[in-house]
Amino acid sequence: MNLFLETFIGGLLAGTMYSLVAIGFVLIYKASGVFNFAQGSILLFSGLTFVTLLEKGVPFAGALAITIVILVVGAVVIERTVLRPLANRSPMTLFMATLGLSYVVEGTAQGLMGAQVHALDLGIEDVPVFIGDVMISQFDLVAALTAVLLAAVLALLFNRTRIGVSLRAVADDTRAALSIGINLNRIWQIVWAVAGITGLVAGMLWGARQGIQFSLSLVVLKALPVLIIGGFTSIGGAIVGGLIVGAAETLAETYIGRFVGGGITPWFPYFLAIAFLYIRPAGLFGERALERV
Amino acid sequence: MKRLTLTALLAATFAGTALVSPAAYADGKEQYVPLPTYRVGPYASSGTLWWAGEIDYLRYINDVEGGINGVKLKVEEFETEWSPDRTVEVYERVKNGKDGAPVAFFFTHGTPATYALTERSAKDKISLIDPAGGQPEATNGLVFSYVFPLLLNYYSQASVGINYIAQKEGGFDKLKGKKIVTVYHDSAYGRATQPAVTVLAKKYGFEDVQIPVADPGNEQSPQWRQVREIKPDWVFLRTWGVSTPVAIKTAARFGIPADHIIGDVWAGSEADVIPAGAAATGYQALAPYPGGPEFEIHNRLRKTILEAGKSDLKDPKFFGAVYYNIGLINAALAVEALRVGQAKFGNRPLNGEEGHWAFEHLTIDDARLKQIGFYGLLQSIKLSPADHEGGGAARIQQWDGKKWVLVTDWIQADHALLRPLIEEKSAAYAKEHNITPRTLAGEN
Amino acid sequence: MSQSLSSPLLVLPDNNFRLFTPAILLIGFIVVPVTGSDYWLGAILVPFLILSLAGLGLNLLTGYAGQTSLGSGGFMSVGAFATFGLVVHGGVPLPVALLLSGLITAGAGLLFGLPSDRIKGFYLMVSSLAAQFFFEWLFQKFPWFYNYDSSGTIELPRLSVFGLDVSSPVGRYLTTLVIVVALTWFAANLVRSQTGRSWMAIRDMDTAAAVIGIPVYRTKVLAFAVSSFYLGVAGALWAFIYLGSASVQSFGIARSFQVLFIIIIGGVGSISGNFIGAAFISLLPLAIDHVAQHLFAGHVDAGLLQNIQKAIFGLLIILFLVREPDGLARLFKSFGERLTNWPLRF
Repeated sequence: MNLFLETFIGGLLAGTMYSLVAIGFVLIYKASGVFNFAQGSILLFSGLTFVTLLEKGVPFAGALAITIVILVVGAVVIERTVLRPLANRSPMTLFMATLGLSYVVEGTAQGLMGAQVHALDLGIEDVPVFIGDVMISQFDLVAALTAVLLAAVLALLFNRTRIGVSLRAVADDTRAALSIGINLNRIWQIVWAVAGITGLVAGMLWGARQGIQFSLSLVVLKALPVLIIGGFTSIGGAIVGGLIVGAAETLAETYIGRFVGGGITPWFPYFLAIAFLYIRPAGLFGERALERV
Repeated sequence: MKRLTLTALLAATFAGTALVSPAAYADGKEQYVPLPTYRVGPYASSGTLWWAGEIDYLRYINDVEGGINGVKLKVEEFETEWSPDRTVEVYERVKNGKDGAPVAFFFTHGTPATYALTERSAKDKISLIDPAGGQPEATNGLVFSYVFPLLLNYYSQASVGINYIAQKEGGFDKLKGKKIVTVYHDSAYGRATQPAVTVLAKKYGFEDVQIPVADPGNEQSPQWRQVREIKPDWVFLRTWGVSTPVAIKTAARFGIPADHIIGDVWAGSEADVIPAGAAATGYQALAPYPGGPEFEIHNRLRKTILEAGKSDLKDPKFFGAVYYNIGLINAALAVEALRVGQAKFGNRPLNGEEGHWAFEHLTIDDARLKQIGFYGLLQSIKLSPADHEGGGAARIQQWDGKKWVLVTDWIQADHALLRPLIEEKSAAYAKEHNITPRTLAGEN
Repeated sequence: MSQSLSSPLLVLPDNNFRLFTPAILLIGFIVVPVTGSDYWLGAILVPFLILSLAGLGLNLLTGYAGQTSLGSGGFMSVGAFATFGLVVHGGVPLPVALLLSGLITAGAGLLFGLPSDRIKGFYLMVSSLAAQFFFEWLFQKFPWFYNYDSSGTIELPRLSVFGLDVSSPVGRYLTTLVIVVALTWFAANLVRSQTGRSWMAIRDMDTAAAVIGIPVYRTKVLAFAVSSFYLGVAGALWAFIYLGSASVQSFGIARSFQVLFIIIIGGVGSISGNFIGAAFISLLPLAIDHVAQHLFAGHVDAGLLQNIQKAIFGLLIILFLVREPDGLARLFKSFGERLTNWPLRF
């Protein structure tokens, strides 16, 4: 029973690490309908920029600030050069453009800052905490808190600020939003910048765990099932989806994996996601579009 | 107008590629050394240092020693992103040499690429050089004529690991009843040692538990929870890429001491331990390619290449890193093989068949290692048509939190025990592929 | 993506081009094998043709039936491993094995197409990654699929078609060409048949298609099956005719993206676009490499140079999406039309 409990809780916490990545997708999809595959490379880029600055002797806060500035500039550039010329194109075309974008971002990141693996120490001790006999990773606990905090801050941003209200207006009805004078391009820039910053947070936490290196960009493959379980349009969904995927995949690896030779974590979440989708085709919290002829 | 630019671009693409045609073979003064490399993508972190070592040594041979007996090496790089498919394309592009400079051998720089090229290379008579990788059974050169898993094949890696554990435990008899867990990257590479470990477990009576980690391996708590339940005496870590630091960190979290984890060749570089931080202190790894910048060859390179500004290394802090040394050693093996070939065929560029003869007769003894400055860094090696491994030993290095420290001398694998396994597997391969093993008669 | 039915589908460009297809076939079957070097035949044209076929497979699903998938690589691996199994375990001759493994892949595609009645759009696309990762795991995990080979690699002992040895570059090229031409001809006709028109109706609006009496679910699943058949054959050709041996690494997610790039760049909902897209995708990196080597080699750090090439590749993809939304096939067509009308274009 303890093993079960420990596996379950460990999985839940690990799952929030996936949520962190998924939130970045949700933000952009919600505001601009773009399925942004470049989110993974943004994770890599922001993490690498941050750690390179640290290693150059820039203090922590300074490195963070400079990285955020770079991300904001990047968001403006992306909006001008990629999103604006492709406005009103099919979602598929935009998705492909973000694939192209991920090549550009990865090439730039590795080209400018090198391919070496960097250690990132955030000062979070990874000593296990025991609750009874159940071992819990302190690092994962911090990550989980960060994810919840991030979701809360974003919720505040959306519900309490003027920008947030315009953002929701755009998400609800783009044309109506345009007609009342909301600057769509500006909204996109802001959303991409915010998504970039959540990418930085995710990149830092994942980077602290596994080192800042190219495979950060592959973390998205873990976030995608989270995304479809939670729905493309809900930040809360991303958190819940992360918990479900994290717990289910660890339990599956521990209890089912041994019968089929193990190593089933890459595909298991996707099958789980299909099962969920079959019951709720737009994810747990996604909005189901009405179909009209 | 817009359309015209695009059309022009497209036309340029086709015209551009049309120029990439292989040159005809002719006599020349240079030896062509094509290098399929990966400086882009997930594997670039190991790649960039590796190519720096390889290129630096080849530059040293060219610029300082004036080539190999006057024959200069013409080095060219091709980006593959570690994809076997692109390596096949590169191989086809370079196999006939360039501008009259012939190819004597082909570094595959990746085990999947070696597999993809095995058949083609036999037809073209070009040797595939893949040190410390490849199928272990390719050691049997009588079946795999043109494949060279030089230095240390995967069976030998397992055997050296077990021999080291026995040494630490105080004798082979102490292995009885011990639990040795192998945590492996779930791929052909990760499984490659299994047959050898099975044989060794039977011989010494230890319990062999294998636990897979799926690629890429950035979340491993289920695996290490399982390891903790087993309470192993030793853990053999055969991961690769990001799965190594994650494994070391997760192991620490589950209370598995780092100094009882032994890493594989491809889990024993700086890139594997630095991201794991303090958790990696005490971690040990097999080192057919020891790390460190203080071997004799490093002194020579520092003076003639590094300080002359000719190094391919972007950041001098990686001078002497494990992957840099891998590059040095591989380049040295190739250069020494070419010397052996030139001693037989004359001081001129060698072709594929001559290169093949050269590798099959490659011998580097301790005296020679001292001459070329590799003593301690490279083991003495002697190949034959029946033995394409030639070495079969490794040292053990331990991470002290800042750098790798060599803790043993060369530990030999148990070749007598492993050879029957190699014979058996290679015979099965020969049967399946209708290959008649060469006989040694008529070879010289 | 929404292409009206009245516009020609670029199957064989319209009447102005009546001589176009025979000319291409003549060049493909006679001129190229006689004049092409081994390098061009074996290392450029063979992969180009196979990738075109894979693109065609995905295009049937995405461009005609409107269902996106990122599982192309996975389905290609099914074709490759099925062919291997049939030849090695079953002793089936290669051409039959190719056909059967296409059918097996079609079955796999059918299974993964089953959820498409409820799951749509990006949700479906992301779910298709389940196929990708599942097959990667399956063909890695169970040694039976690769006949207990220690390298996890599949390899056919000898390439022969009806007793003829086809392992020379020309042989490989001609084998591929025959298969690709036959399957392209079939696809070109299929998309103009009732099935093809039902697919397009579903693509343009499935609710409307259901209203006019098209069995939407069955037609969608059929599209998954047919598409996977093509991908399976392409995978088998890629493994045994092009590479010579393969493991799951040859069919990773990067392959799925590559196939997707081919159809987007070539033209979604176009037959000839697959060939143009494949040519572009397989030649562009070589061309960039070549140009970059000439211009910068020695001046720029090699690592930077390679990464710049990658970034340029990404930029070009974005540029093409911005400039030519309907893909290169459309570009070629309008160029061709201008050419045929040429001195009289006013």
